[in-house]
Amino acid sequence: MSLIDLSGNLLFVAFLAYLVATLLFGGAIKQSNASGKNTDKWGKLAIVVTIIGFLSQIGYFITRWVYTGHAPVSNMFEFTTAFGMFIVGAFILIYFIYRLTALGLVALPVALLIIAYASMFPTEVSPLVPSLQSHWLTIHVITAAMGQSILAISAVAGLIYLLKVVDLNKPSKQRFWLEAVMYCLVVVLGFVIVSSTFSAMDYESKYTYIDKEGMSRQITYNLPPIFGMNEYEVVEEHGMSPLVEMPALINAKKLTTVVWSLLIGSLLYLFIRLIARRRISAIFQPLVKRVNLQLLDEVGYRSVIIGFPVFTLGALIFAMIWAQLAWSRFWGWDPKEVWALITWLFYAAFLHLRLSKGWEGEKSAWLALIGFGIILFNLIAVNLILAGLHSYA
Amino acid sequence: MENIICACGHSNPFGTKLCEKCGRPLTEEEKQNKVVDMRYDGTAIRSKTYNKSIVDKIWNFFSSVKVGIALIIITLIAASIGTLLPQEFYVKASDMEKGAYYEDVYGFVGKIYYTLGLSDLYSSWWFQILVGMLAVSIIVASLDRGIPLYKSLKNQRVKRHESFLKRQRIVAEGQITASPEETLSKVEKKMTEMKYIVRRDGSALLAEKGRFSRYGPYINHVGLIIFLTGVMLRLVPGFYVDESIWVREGETRAITGMDGYFIENRDFILETHDNAPQGEQLKQGVNVVAKNFQTDITLYKQPKDAIAGDTENLEKVRDYSIRVNHPLKEEGYALYQMDYRLNELKQMNFQLVNKSTEQSLGKVGIDLTNPKKEYDLGNGVSVKLLVYTPDFSGFENGVPQTATSVPNNPAFLFKMTTPETPKGETSFVAIKQTLEPLGENQYKMKFESVETRDMSGFTIRKDRTIPILFVGGIIFMIGVAIGSYWNHRRLWLQVEPDGHVLMAAHVNKNMFSMKKDLDAVTAFAGLPQYKDQLEPSEEGEESTNRGNTKKEGDNTL
Repeated sequence: MSLIDLSGNLLFVAFLAYLVATLLFGGAIKQSNASGKNTDKWGKLAIVVTIIGFLSQIGYFITRWVYTGHAPVSNMFEFTTAFGMFIVGAFILIYFIYRLTALGLVALPVALLIIAYASMFPTEVSPLVPSLQSHWLTIHVITAAMGQSILAISAVAGLIYLLKVVDLNKPSKQRFWLEAVMYCLVVVLGFVIVSSTFSAMDYESKYTYIDKEGMSRQITYNLPPIFGMNEYEVVEEHGMSPLVEMPALINAKKLTTVVWSLLIGSLLYLFIRLIARRRISAIFQPLVKRVNLQLLDEVGYRSVIIGFPVFTLGALIFAMIWAQLAWSRFWGWDPKEVWALITWLFYAAFLHLRLSKGWEGEKSAWLALIGFGIILFNLIAVNLILAGLHSYA
Repeated sequence: MENIICACGHSNPFGTKLCEKCGRPLTEEEKQNKVVDMRYDGTAIRSKTYNKSIVDKIWNFFSSVKVGIALIIITLIAASIGTLLPQEFYVKASDMEKGAYYEDVYGFVGKIYYTLGLSDLYSSWWFQILVGMLAVSIIVASLDRGIPLYKSLKNQRVKRHESFLKRQRIVAEGQITASPEETLSKVEKKMTEMKYIVRRDGSALLAEKGRFSRYGPYINHVGLIIFLTGVMLRLVPGFYVDESIWVREGETRAITGMDGYFIENRDFILETHDNAPQGEQLKQGVNVVAKNFQTDITLYKQPKDAIAGDTENLEKVRDYSIRVNHPLKEEGYALYQMDYRLNELKQMNFQLVNKSTEQSLGKVGIDLTNPKKEYDLGNGVSVKLLVYTPDFSGFENGVPQTATSVPNNPAFLFKMTTPETPKGETSFVAIKQTLEPLGENQYKMKFESVETRDMSGFTIRKDRTIPILFVGGIIFMIGVAIGSYWNHRRLWLQVEPDGHVLMAAHVNKNMFSMKKDLDAVTAFAGLPQYKDQLEPSEEGEESTNRGNTKKEGDNTL
């Protein structure tokens, strides 16, 4: 088995371990509801499996690093996978400070979704372009990802907090938005399902089109085309033809992916609702009934306070040092840079609101969720939609 | 404004909330509170005390955290709008064409975006004012609170009034059986063990740890201000140089912006990865991935007494290979490998040929950047270069025109003189095109070969603000780190001779760890069990026990 195959297998083992650990965390919480006696056993087993998964993923990271010769954070697959890994790492860290089992029930599924999302991107090893050939790639990207993952834990704590406090029996804005968050998670699952299904079928349709600068280009769809590119012409088509043609400004391929994900995600969501006969938030609510709200609030705040300096260092300061070396200027208002600044400003506002205005508990939990939303926007939308210097994948 | 005289006899400045000496609440509001607000330790904060004159009002505006947060949010939203469409400096169009570019590519939305100035948002006056206001807010708010807090923490008394202790979040009260002295000593021992600084005053004890963490926010604000000052200094002439030059292989050029320095481009190297295209690379239709952009250069310096423009006696400074991520650094300047152009035409070689016999009379090599006027081939044969257009773009009134001075599409008007044609024949030669404007010729300039060379594009930067930014960044990080990773813990203990104990504790964050310390000391010294006045005692009672619920409505917190 070559090193790269070993690396792939280790990642797979990690994925399975996280899956098992999620179930064990669920078991741990369920048990504590009943008698409280077995909690420790289940909880201990769950964290042990999580750590096994984490070590396995570190194994993936190191073997891939050795194989490629550079830190495996240079494209969408590698970075997003590492982000998932650091979330698990941050969870383990926070777990050992606070011993809060409920965190695992949300942190691990989030990490699982992120890793699954990552593996929808090309996983091949690609060589580095000159601007990425620097030690700062390792330093900047890993520190930034660590900061983001620690910040993500505050959203995990926030989500659990909200699942407990939001009254799901009365219609309210809170109930709506909480369910919207759950729906978004299901849509990500929808994306993973639809992408992996068609990629397993080796689906491809090819078209030529005219881009916004008037150049003729070729594009390959990996999902059946719902939207066609500007003035597209068929090169090779399977299954269906595009239903609508889009103007040059809109990337119809990406739009197709988004619509497919929404479609499958919504169907999945409806299916869950029909089977369970209640909201997804309501499915989880009984599981978190016993959590200590004060402790959750503290965890949410602590993770912001631990993550904020790490994020500043990695995503702004190290970023500026590298930008000065590679691009001759430390700051260039590139979309990725701007969104890192926005994330930073947001968490600065979060801390000021909390410390000076007393925004604790529920308000703080909502803010933590919005913050994580901004981090995900910077990861997904900025790379894939707002083209800039960072769109390596 | 009059000073407030506390019951203990201490005279406090107007606006003080908790007596500086004994900690008794001085305002009605504080007296009502079950748990006092310890954020600034109850000292008089200027912005919350005075609100009469214009200066007060401006001061209060900028010192308000509410205003500060609003400024952060507005900046954040403004910054995000600037990422919707590419900013002007990333658009490859001349200044004149930019408006048209936005309209062409992004339609009506693009036109509005450009017209509103959003396409150059970050250098717009209003965005800069926004950042400036944020800076003022940071300075004012820090002075407003930081100084009183520092004074108050520095002059802390050990002994505090009962009403102060009872209004802390953590309070313990009860009787002990052990002797007061023994209890105090035990607490002192345990707290010292846990790295607290312990002070005693009669029957009172104050244990304190990590006070410096309270200054973290103020330190990081100082760092931010230094950083922003550095950014502003770039506007001062001499602090910031940003130039770019193109240097051809084999050429030595003066470096723009870096007086007295010359650069020789010895060789430009482009290396590509020899991997088989796959995955994303294949999808985007990219066949090769660049591996290295490098220019081997020699840096020269003019001697001190040299006349400007004298390139004869250059002193060699050093050889260097400028690569991406590895700029050349010299005397505060840095030269970056930013761009390249491959295979620029350097020289064109022709043969002067007799059309009918195909016999060559000699070779003419024309240096395209520095052509000669006349090429003498000997034996009465010569070629005159009447007109040379490096980038031929067509005729205007019969005269050939050039679009640029770069030899992209060279064209020549030759006058060929041979013993057979002593008057000379005129021929216009361009790439894939020959014209004989004055009738049929006997001779022609036959194209033979072309020599090319590469060009390197360098950016020259000098940024004397970098050290300032660096210092600002480091101070900011130190401030954030000490404010985030350390916390200020205090424990007050008073043991009356009759065995009555009153203990209180305060921590600015991370109550979780504080409680661990408290548990340890309580067990060790046999103190009464403490209670958390903010913690809901039982489920369902949360709302009544939230203590400081007024916080949110307060005006200029």
